[in-house]
Amino acid sequence: MRTPFDLSWLFWRVWQRNLTVYRENWHVSFVPPLLEPFFYLLAFGFGLSALVGVIRYEGNAVPYLQFIAPAIIAINIMNNAFFENTYASFVRMYYQKTFAAMMATPLSMEEIITGEIIWGATKSVIATTIMLTVISLFGLISYPSGLLLIPLAFFCGLAFGSIGMFFTGIVKNIELFNLPVFLFITPMFLFSGTFFPMDTLPRWAQLLALALPLTHLVRLCRSLAWGSYDLSLLGECLYFLILLMIFFSLAMARMRRRLLK
Amino acid sequence: MQTSIDARQLRKIYGDLVAVDDVSFTVLPGECFGILGPNGAGKTSIIKMIYGLSPPTGGILTVFGLDIRDNLRAIKARLGVCQQENSLDPDLTVRQNLEVFARYFNIPRRVARERAQRLLRFMALDYRQEARAVDLSGGMMRRLIIARALINEPDLLILDEPTTGLDPQSRHQVWERLEELRASGLAILLTTHYMDEAARLCDRVVIMDHGCILVEGEPAELIKRQIGHDIIEVAEPSGELRDYIRAHNWRHEDLGHRVLVYVEEKADHMFQEITPFCGKAGCQMRMATLEDVFLKLTGRDLRE
Repeated sequence: MRTPFDLSWLFWRVWQRNLTVYRENWHVSFVPPLLEPFFYLLAFGFGLSALVGVIRYEGNAVPYLQFIAPAIIAINIMNNAFFENTYASFVRMYYQKTFAAMMATPLSMEEIITGEIIWGATKSVIATTIMLTVISLFGLISYPSGLLLIPLAFFCGLAFGSIGMFFTGIVKNIELFNLPVFLFITPMFLFSGTFFPMDTLPRWAQLLALALPLTHLVRLCRSLAWGSYDLSLLGECLYFLILLMIFFSLAMARMRRRLLK
Repeated sequence: MQTSIDARQLRKIYGDLVAVDDVSFTVLPGECFGILGPNGAGKTSIIKMIYGLSPPTGGILTVFGLDIRDNLRAIKARLGVCQQENSLDPDLTVRQNLEVFARYFNIPRRVARERAQRLLRFMALDYRQEARAVDLSGGMMRRLIIARALINEPDLLILDEPTTGLDPQSRHQVWERLEELRASGLAILLTTHYMDEAARLCDRVVIMDHGCILVEGEPAELIKRQIGHDIIEVAEPSGELRDYIRAHNWRHEDLGHRVLVYVEEKADHMFQEITPFCGKAGCQMRMATLEDVFLKLTGRDLRE
């Protein structure tokens, strides 16, 4: 059987379907990204800030709140796309049979998966926009470069969503998502220079952290939120482009095996 | 005349299992064609190959005269498919379910809205159009799935066990709608393991088992060819009765506690001859049905 890569603009119809469902439940989906930054800034900012005060980061002294605010956005970019394309996509595929219904229309498997991943990135954009507004109220974002966090959320959301979709293509049941969450998402959340600078870690742990995507996203977010960018950001973007290409292909291959039997 | 479906030596293998074993059949425009078979016969595998969910392992499958390997998207644009499992969007309303589905076919919003209204009236769902799909009864969900399959005004409607799990009222309502669609000239391919459904709706059927087609024909003609006209059922048959049947070389099936004697047309005398041999449990003569053909051909063992 020939298996050409069959992708047309119809993937927007898949994205549009998810948007329609999101709009039905928007008042529920809207709340977490609105409240989450408050919780983080309260707990870490006001709680820890009093103990930590100022942090040394790449040779500069940075107030602790300023240090973690971009990291909170980075974590949410990762979480929104990853969780949308794992748990939520799996529910649509496995429990609601949404993908099977779509397969009986002119949509191709490639369009369904592409539409899902772009929707995951869209969830990152929505969350980033809401959080950016909230965090800006604390005066923690430098503009106009801070606005670039929104397209960044889309671009990196695609990469994290593709990683999520790859796992959706291989897990037997929904409980198994605990593994990538526990072994991949949680360590990144803690050790990617999010809540403390990486140079406090032992050398081997630093090298390990450098391989993890969130480390690079946190760097990108700090640069844009603080308005202190240089050419090294292009390297970080290249890292995400390669990550995206690898995991988009892997996700597509696994979903092909899963959906077309 | 161009066929709606033409399958030649169609084959599907999953690992060690031959699900569909060199099956050939054609579905003509405007006809209702039924694929009958017990669980695991290969019915759903054939359906999945037609709409591209399952690429054939071998053979040639053309739909509307187009090879599915090269024209899947064009074919799917002209199909309406009702899968066995409920695949409605539970968070959306009845109306939204149709309108969202219409977008997959690039149907303009205004046209989709008009068609949705018409289909909801046709399926007697218009009064529930703002209800969420998850709140519908089983029969309503099934009608909505059929309405959704018609949103692109297909040339061929494919129904995989359309009335499984429905109560008798809902089944009859679905049948009436399908009969109207058939009368309007729509070609229908349906799978079922309800023989009354097949006998009522289908112009032509095939009976399948273990991936192969056993027989093909019109329901009434199949009954006549395989069984005859009537069946005499004898409960708790005696040894004398068995001897009598064998002595006369009558076609029959011995199930242990029951014997079925196949009766040709105008052979009512057989019933009178047998009556004296019947014990307290008695015997009765009834019309032969498609179910008798089905059980005769596929056996009476449980399929689990």
